[in-house]
Amino acid sequence: MKLFKNLLGSVKPHFEKGGKLEKLYPAYDAFETFLFVPDHITHKGAHVRDAIDLKRTMFLVIIALVPCLLFGMWNVGYQYHLAIGETATIMENFIFGFWKFLPLIIVSYAVGLAVEFAFAIYRGHSVNEGYLVTGLLIPLTMPIDVPLWMLAISVIFAVVIGKEVFGGTGMNILNPALTARAFLFFAYPIYMSGDKVWVHNAMVDGHSGSTILGELAASSNWQSLSWNPFDMMMGVIPGSVGETSFIAIMIGAVILIASGIGSWRIILSTFVGGFVMATLFNMWGANELMSTPAEIHLSLVVLLLVLYLWLLTQ
Amino acid sequence: MSKDIRLKKGLNINLKGEADKVYASIPQSDLFSLKPTDFHALTPKLTVKAGDKVKAGSCIFFDKYNDKVRFSSPVSGEVMDVVRGAKRRILEVKLKADTETKYESFSTLDASANREQIIEGLLKSGVWPFIRQKPFDIIANPMDTPKAIFISTFNTAPLAPDNDFVLHGLEKEFQTGVDFLKKLTNGKIHLNVDGNTNPSTVFTSCKGVQINKITGAHPAGNVGVQIHHIDPINKGDVVWYLYPQDVLTIARLFSEGKYDVSRIVALTGPQIEKPRYYRTIAGANIKNLLDENTLIGDNNRFISGDVLTGKKIEEDGNIGFYDSQVTVIEEGNQQEFLGWIAPNLDKFSLSKSYFSWLVPSKKYSLNTNYNGEERAYVVTGQYEKVLPMDIYPMQLIKACLIDDIDSMEQLGIYEISPEDVALCEFVCTSKMEVQSIIREGLDLIKKECS
Repeated sequence: MKLFKNLLGSVKPHFEKGGKLEKLYPAYDAFETFLFVPDHITHKGAHVRDAIDLKRTMFLVIIALVPCLLFGMWNVGYQYHLAIGETATIMENFIFGFWKFLPLIIVSYAVGLAVEFAFAIYRGHSVNEGYLVTGLLIPLTMPIDVPLWMLAISVIFAVVIGKEVFGGTGMNILNPALTARAFLFFAYPIYMSGDKVWVHNAMVDGHSGSTILGELAASSNWQSLSWNPFDMMMGVIPGSVGETSFIAIMIGAVILIASGIGSWRIILSTFVGGFVMATLFNMWGANELMSTPAEIHLSLVVLLLVLYLWLLTQ
Repeated sequence: MSKDIRLKKGLNINLKGEADKVYASIPQSDLFSLKPTDFHALTPKLTVKAGDKVKAGSCIFFDKYNDKVRFSSPVSGEVMDVVRGAKRRILEVKLKADTETKYESFSTLDASANREQIIEGLLKSGVWPFIRQKPFDIIANPMDTPKAIFISTFNTAPLAPDNDFVLHGLEKEFQTGVDFLKKLTNGKIHLNVDGNTNPSTVFTSCKGVQINKITGAHPAGNVGVQIHHIDPINKGDVVWYLYPQDVLTIARLFSEGKYDVSRIVALTGPQIEKPRYYRTIAGANIKNLLDENTLIGDNNRFISGDVLTGKKIEEDGNIGFYDSQVTVIEEGNQQEFLGWIAPNLDKFSLSKSYFSWLVPSKKYSLNTNYNGEERAYVVTGQYEKVLPMDIYPMQLIKACLIDDIDSMEQLGIYEISPEDVALCEFVCTSKMEVQSIIREGLDLIKKECS
């Protein structure tokens, strides 16, 4: 700690007004405030302030993403070993997924933060913490085999077009993480759709890795899928790294709602909206996708089971 | 027709250092000051210069744009100095008190006095500035007739003095003051008592007023919040308000004919060893209070008022005109290693990102650190949790930031004062200066619409 303090103290003069690297001050500031909560004191208005700040807020969102992240890493390994017909332990699956997924995280953070820093220096404001979350969300919404250069381009597109052109964190009208996914989907559809990208090495090995929606679109009945509703809920199915597990995502939701960082109204509305829409399509029922029950779409089987058991006891 | 109002929103910040309910007697300070900066938007015109002799009640300065509104010396003695700031703006008039106070004599009034006599008496003596108006939180205009007068008998701000204790046994004086105030309005006098406790009989036995019970966390004691729920202000309405101790000042003026602004002040805060109450006079130097007590540490901030709305003063500074509380907290000018990740059990937060929500009754020793840096707005829903008014704070603040007068009016700017949004400022993740933003919005409205 003292080491960091001395180190920062020794380079600080270069970044301050009149120093050689004065223009790079936002970059220095980002590192300093990352390590130390600054010694800024109140000078007008309320003399005391709540302990929360944007760093703490974003940090809590990252904690909420950890279940998805850990499960996603394991699932990458599990799906791969399943596809090639080998058996592996939980740890082997996880370590396999970890090494496959780590490059995506590194590229996402490195490229995204570089863009953020560049904009902060150019505009002369401090680096906002929003990217700490976006940087993890983007790889979690990607298929495991996405080429790193494509990931880098979609990150740049997402941060610049999704956020910075509107003025940065807090002013964006698009969600940067979803902007990245949408960009990749439209720019390189081969790598974001079909049945060859969701399981590691499917394209080379030729094993199938079609997703649930892929199988349904190919007109198989939902009861005769390769995966049962319980698998879907647990998330042991092919898909983007962080998207498959209803349970892991729900743990994250609980953390967000309990800590007050997330709005339960928004989260609940998403589910209600999805359920209503899927029910409408159920009534229409033109194809297998439309006639798959809404509760299966939303992985609500467990909730329905609980409800059913409860009704039986009444 | 009394009202019983229960507010669910709000936040009590549990600070260490609540004043014990004892009076400590101390030798009276001989240094006093009258600060024009205590009165928002006032342009003072001096009537004295350094070296002049004054009595308690002698005019020190008056309002340049309304010369009837005068400001008087709290004590008798000599004008020591006139402190000026940038552009020769008067910051402070310093006074040195005599050992024995000599009072200017003003005419006494009895219950038969009419409105004009009362207003003239208040203006002439310098007691008038204690009466303020909503909207804008400025000194009332004597030409107006307010639709009501509000007195909040309790203060919910952190460590605020307890008026039930301060006014104990002063039923008669308080009633006298209220009787005079009653003639200033055609409407009612609303006396708002604390629903969380059993209020003192000084307030509950008061006659000729409407007693309303307000229950809730801070800012339930703010008069602005009370007005909003009892008799809301629309565009063009004027409501007057004053503090309970100042009602006594009015009573003393008309019964004894002198400008007596002696008052009880609570010395509070986590950095005070024995927080308690002191009898002193408005504008007194705080050095005497501090000498009688022991300060913890030497890196402290001294505040005249409470931690949310008070003014920073020096260690030998003076109590503000309206304040009856001095708070001392630690300066937070130290860095903290990875403080945004650490669990930090000793930090307080409305959000559940720290653990303070698990121990609601724990008392905290907060310092002046920002706990972060200013950031762009991120919608958090925090403001809405601490403003118990039917107003959208986030939208209103944004309207003020872009000087959009129409939106400000539609969003209810007339009902709000900086002190009402002080908690919004406290809880803000983005560390916005919410009170100043609202104040600038009010100033703009006042300038453009009058």
